[in-house]
Amino acid sequence: MLKQIEGSRAVAAAVALCRPEVICAYPISPQTHIVEALGEAVKAGGLPHCEFINVESEFAAMSVAIGASAAGARAYTATASQGLLFMAEAVYNASGLGLPIVMTVANRAIGAPINIWNDHTDAMSQRDCGWIQLFAETNQEALDLHIQAFRLGEELSLPVMVCMDGFILTHAYERVDLPTQAQVDAWLPPFEPRQVLDPAEPVSIGAMVGPEAFMEVRYLAHAKQMRALELIPGWAEEFRRAFGRDTGGLTHTYRTEDAEVIVVALGSVLGTIKDTVDAMREGGTKIGVLGITCFRPWPSAAVRAALAGARRVVVLEKSLAVGLGGIVSSSVRISYPGSPAAVHTVIAGLGGRAITREALARVFAEAFAGTLPPLTFLDLDRALVERALAREREQRRSGPIAENILRDLGTVASRAG
Amino acid sequence: MFQVRIHGRGGQGVVTAAELLSIAAFREGRHAQAFPSFGSERTGAPVVAYCRIDDREIRLREPILQPDALIIQDPTLLHQVDVFGGLAPNGYILINTTRTFEALGLGEFMRGFHAEHLCTVNATGLALKHVGRPVPNAALLGGFAAVTGRISLASVVAAIRDKFRGQIAEANVAAASEAFEFVTRETRARSHAETD
Repeated sequence: MLKQIEGSRAVAAAVALCRPEVICAYPISPQTHIVEALGEAVKAGGLPHCEFINVESEFAAMSVAIGASAAGARAYTATASQGLLFMAEAVYNASGLGLPIVMTVANRAIGAPINIWNDHTDAMSQRDCGWIQLFAETNQEALDLHIQAFRLGEELSLPVMVCMDGFILTHAYERVDLPTQAQVDAWLPPFEPRQVLDPAEPVSIGAMVGPEAFMEVRYLAHAKQMRALELIPGWAEEFRRAFGRDTGGLTHTYRTEDAEVIVVALGSVLGTIKDTVDAMREGGTKIGVLGITCFRPWPSAAVRAALAGARRVVVLEKSLAVGLGGIVSSSVRISYPGSPAAVHTVIAGLGGRAITREALARVFAEAFAGTLPPLTFLDLDRALVERALAREREQRRSGPIAENILRDLGTVASRAG
Repeated sequence: MFQVRIHGRGGQGVVTAAELLSIAAFREGRHAQAFPSFGSERTGAPVVAYCRIDDREIRLREPILQPDALIIQDPTLLHQVDVFGGLAPNGYILINTTRTFEALGLGEFMRGFHAEHLCTVNATGLALKHVGRPVPNAALLGGFAAVTGRISLASVVAAIRDKFRGQIAEANVAAASEAFEFVTRETRARSHAETD
C-alpha cells in the first residue's frame, strides 16, 4: 500500500511486519522516531507477541538483544552515533556469538565536537565488527532492507546493521510502498535458531576460547561473511520477484555502461549524485554511478566488474579516516582493476554539511580534466582552516578549536546547510 | 519539479507544514518529499523546512536553494535570515502578517516579482480564531493553495485530517479554508487592479 510517511515510521512499520519478539532500545537522535513508533505499536496491542524493553543505555540495549536472541527470540534494536560507540563491546559480542540481531543505525556524526547531524562515521567505526552492513538509498529501500535483514541474518546466524542517513531519510516524508503482513510472512519464515538457550536441551553460549582455536572461530566468521556475498544477490532477486522492487543486493549501477568516470557512494547521497550525473550526461559527459548497498561483506568482485571500464573513479564518502583519508575508497582501491592512483577520495557531508549538485558537478568535472587531487574535502572553508592554523602558530595557548572556529564564523548556534 | 521553502520559528509547526504539503501532493497522485533543516528544534529558533513536488520520483537530497515558492510563517525573520535567497522572479511569496508588503518595507523589493504571485495573510489571527493557538501552518497552506494553484484546498484539507484527528483537525481545516478564501479574494483583486 502506498503511503506518504516519515522514513522512521516506514522502518518501524517494516520491523513490525517482521514479527519481532523483543525490541529494546535507548533513544538517541535521529533514531528516536523509529523506536517511539514501535513502542506505540506494542503498547496499542499491534504486536501481541512482542516485548518492548526500555533499557538504561545503548550498552544495555545490545546486551538485552543478545540475551533475547540467544533465547531464540527475533530481536531488534536501533541506535546512532555515540550510542553505537557506547554499545561497541556488545556489538562485537553479538557477531562473535553469531546472533542474528537486526539493528537500524540512523547514521550520525561522532563527537567531539558534538554534532547531531548526518554522516557515516558511526557505522564506519564498526565496519570490522563482524556484522553485515547494508546502506539504504531511499526510505523505500530502508523499509525493504529491514525485511531482508531478518531473513539474511537468521539464515546465516549473523547480525545485520541497516544503515540509513539520519534526518535526511529518517525525518523525510516520502512515498513508500508498505507490503502486507501476508507478503512478509510468505517471504520471512519464523526464526529457527542454530543455537538456543533452551532448558529442555541446555547448552552454554559464550565459551572462552584460547590460542588453540580462536583463529578458527574468527576464520569461520569471515567465511560466513564470504558466504553472504554469494547468497545476497539471490535473495535480492527473490525479493524482487515477491515484492516487485529491485532493492537490496550487493551493488547497484547507474549509467555505467560506457562511463569513463564512475562515482562510488553509499546511502541517500546517491540520489543527488544521479541527478548530477543525468545533467552531465545531457552535456555529453560519460559518467556513471556505483552504489554500494552491502558494505560488509565488501562486494569486491561486483565492484571490480562495475568499475572495469572506468578511466577514473571518484569515491564520495561521508566519513573520514583521520590520518589516512577515505575508508570506502581504501576498499575500492583494492577492487579497482586499474591503477590505484585513478581512485580519488572526496570527503563530503561531514556533520550534516549539505552536498549540492553544484559542488558535485564541480569535482566530477575535475575528475574528467585530470585535476582532481587524490583527496578532496568537498566545500571545505579554507579561509576558516587557515585562520585556525595561524592562531596555533602564533599562540601557544590558542584555546579550544571548535569554540574558536564558531567565533570566527560569528555563529552563536550551529546551522545545517 | 516545484520546490517550496518554509521559514518560521520553532513551535510554529514549520516542519509539520512541509509534511502536510507533501501529504496533500501525494493525495493528488504526485511524488513529494518533505524534510526539515534538521537540528534547531528549540522554541523560537529560526527553522526551515522544505517540500519538493514532482510527477516522478524525487532523488535530490540537497536543501532547496532555488525555491519556486516561499512561505514565511514569521515576518520577524525577514530581517534576520536571507529568506528570499534563490527565489526566481516568477516565484511565489506568502507571508503571515497583518501588514502589507509596503508596511513591511518590502514594497520596492516586491516589484521584481509577479504581483499576483505575492500575498500576505493574517494566518496567526486565523489560527487563534479557529484553533485557539498561534500555530499558523494550516492556514498558510490554505493560502498557499490559493496563491499558487499548485494544490487544491480539498487535498490540503484531506492532509490535515490525515495527520490530525477530531477537533484539532477540524479547527485547522476551518483556518485553512478561511485563509484560502481570503487569499483567493486578495489575488483576484490584485490581478483586477493590474488589468485596470
